[in-house]
Amino acid sequence: MNDANRKLPWRRTKEKAIQHFFLVNGLFAVLVLVCIFSILFIEAYPAFKEIRPGDFLGRQWNPTSPVRESYGLGAMILSTLMVTFGAMLIAVPLGIASAAFIAEVATAKVREIVKPVIEILAGIPSVVVGFLGIVVLGPLLSKWFGTPSGLNAVNGSILLAVMSLPTIMSISEDAIVSVPQEFKKASFALGATRWQTLTRVTLPAASSGIIASVMLGMGRAIGETMTVLMATGNAPAMPAKFSDPVRTMTATIAIELGETVQGGIHYHSLFVIGVVLFFMTFLVNFVSDLVLRKYQKVSR
Amino acid sequence: MKKVYRRIGEKVGFLILGLATALLVFVLLFILYDIFSKGGRTLSWEFITSKPLRGMTAGGIWPAVVGTFWVSLVTVVFAVPVGMFAAIYLNEYAKQGRLTRMIRLAIRNLSGVPSIVYGLFGFALFVLALKMGLSVLSSGLTLGLLTLPWTITASEEALKTVPFSYREGALALGATKWQTIRTNVLPYAVPGMLTGTILGLARAAGETAPILFTGVAFFWPVLSPFPKLLTSQFMALPYHLFIMSTQHHNITKVRPIAYGTALVLISLILGMNFVAIYIRYRFRKKYKRF
Repeated sequence: MNDANRKLPWRRTKEKAIQHFFLVNGLFAVLVLVCIFSILFIEAYPAFKEIRPGDFLGRQWNPTSPVRESYGLGAMILSTLMVTFGAMLIAVPLGIASAAFIAEVATAKVREIVKPVIEILAGIPSVVVGFLGIVVLGPLLSKWFGTPSGLNAVNGSILLAVMSLPTIMSISEDAIVSVPQEFKKASFALGATRWQTLTRVTLPAASSGIIASVMLGMGRAIGETMTVLMATGNAPAMPAKFSDPVRTMTATIAIELGETVQGGIHYHSLFVIGVVLFFMTFLVNFVSDLVLRKYQKVSR
Repeated sequence: MKKVYRRIGEKVGFLILGLATALLVFVLLFILYDIFSKGGRTLSWEFITSKPLRGMTAGGIWPAVVGTFWVSLVTVVFAVPVGMFAAIYLNEYAKQGRLTRMIRLAIRNLSGVPSIVYGLFGFALFVLALKMGLSVLSSGLTLGLLTLPWTITASEEALKTVPFSYREGALALGATKWQTIRTNVLPYAVPGMLTGTILGLARAAGETAPILFTGVAFFWPVLSPFPKLLTSQFMALPYHLFIMSTQHHNITKVRPIAYGTALVLISLILGMNFVAIYIRYRFRKKYKRF
């Protein structure tokens, strides 16, 4: 008894130390996020000093021009938005439709096979998807549009759709499944068919989860690098139509960072793109988080 | 009459949903079929175990396999302990409050940061500021940060599956918090954590953008022996596929090599996925007996 009592303070200190050790590891995530943001900003800052903010709003990105360098982000932001929009145009209807099918129509057996199969899609590396964009989709599109190369915004959109579909499908399906049974039962009791119940009761009730899934898929599409780098043709000009080759923000960083002089304006301006990209994805994820939280509150 | 019309409408509606799902499954099967059928023609034991030859128009991919292995190892050694410890804090110790909310917010945001931004960050921090240079270490650490949100989330999910009564039993017998976690929580959560870790690692092994500026090399046929290799450049499977399909001077000639690389890469990643699923399956079966 005496012995145990003497051990007690030591034990308490030890327990406290262990708890603090785990806390430090938890705080590490916060530290990393703060570090990413500050390093991006510190590295981008010299560019803000040298280049007038108005120049970033220009269309033309040509930092290595021998005549006059230009640092307009317009063309690459538009390119990013174009491929993302195109991807969502394909992925949103397909993702929601398949989520609805798996959650409400398919038998348990079909569900147990199809869901993991579609989730395997999420595991395919982006570089493999980009490769197929070059060797399979490219030649197809080139024939279709009658252009010499099939590497353009359409190609990128289709590939990004494939990459963001598993996210959209999986999270939408979770949202549809978690709609309370009472909602559906009430709808059936009023004489509604299964289709009416799905489209007018279940899907609207799951809408915040579905919107969140779309935002997450969109975030993935905006930040995706290798697929667009390989399959969109990388022409740094202002795109006019979807069959034009485009060069997104991510692709620009990937292409140019290796070629710049460290410490030069060009180098720092690439971090400016990084900062803009960081904020775009941050915003999209933030909105999805807000929507999802509202949805959790409602369903509780 | 209206009723018949309605029923047909419903059938058509469900058919469309079914077709959308079938299209997704078809896309996946097509991707796998294309890679496996065309890559299979190149694949051989020599292809995996020999160096690239004659300006990378012949030979195999061994240096890329080894490079991917070492970078993944650094990723695991760095990310897994931190991820597990953070999850233990969040699930076992943390109280609901501002601090916990901040940590969770940071994790969610980290998982949304684009991989190329991790690349920029790794380049500025590890390669330049910390003077690690273009190396296995820089790349592994960058990928480690990228996988951190996944390992934390997966580990936390695993901890959540351990029934509360396990903890209560130990605490009631007078065990301290840490003794409880060590003896009554962790042993049951470890297989689940392992599953999450392998899945995270599979994603890291396929990433290209974060290693682009932190150490991967176009051609680096021989890696030095162990401690020295950490500070040297390396080849990696995903990057090898990238250059073989876009940067090589004779793209059409090396297409079979590109397909072979894609096949090895995708098999590696699917293989890891299956191992993870198998561990989870075994774990669930064992768990049911309690």
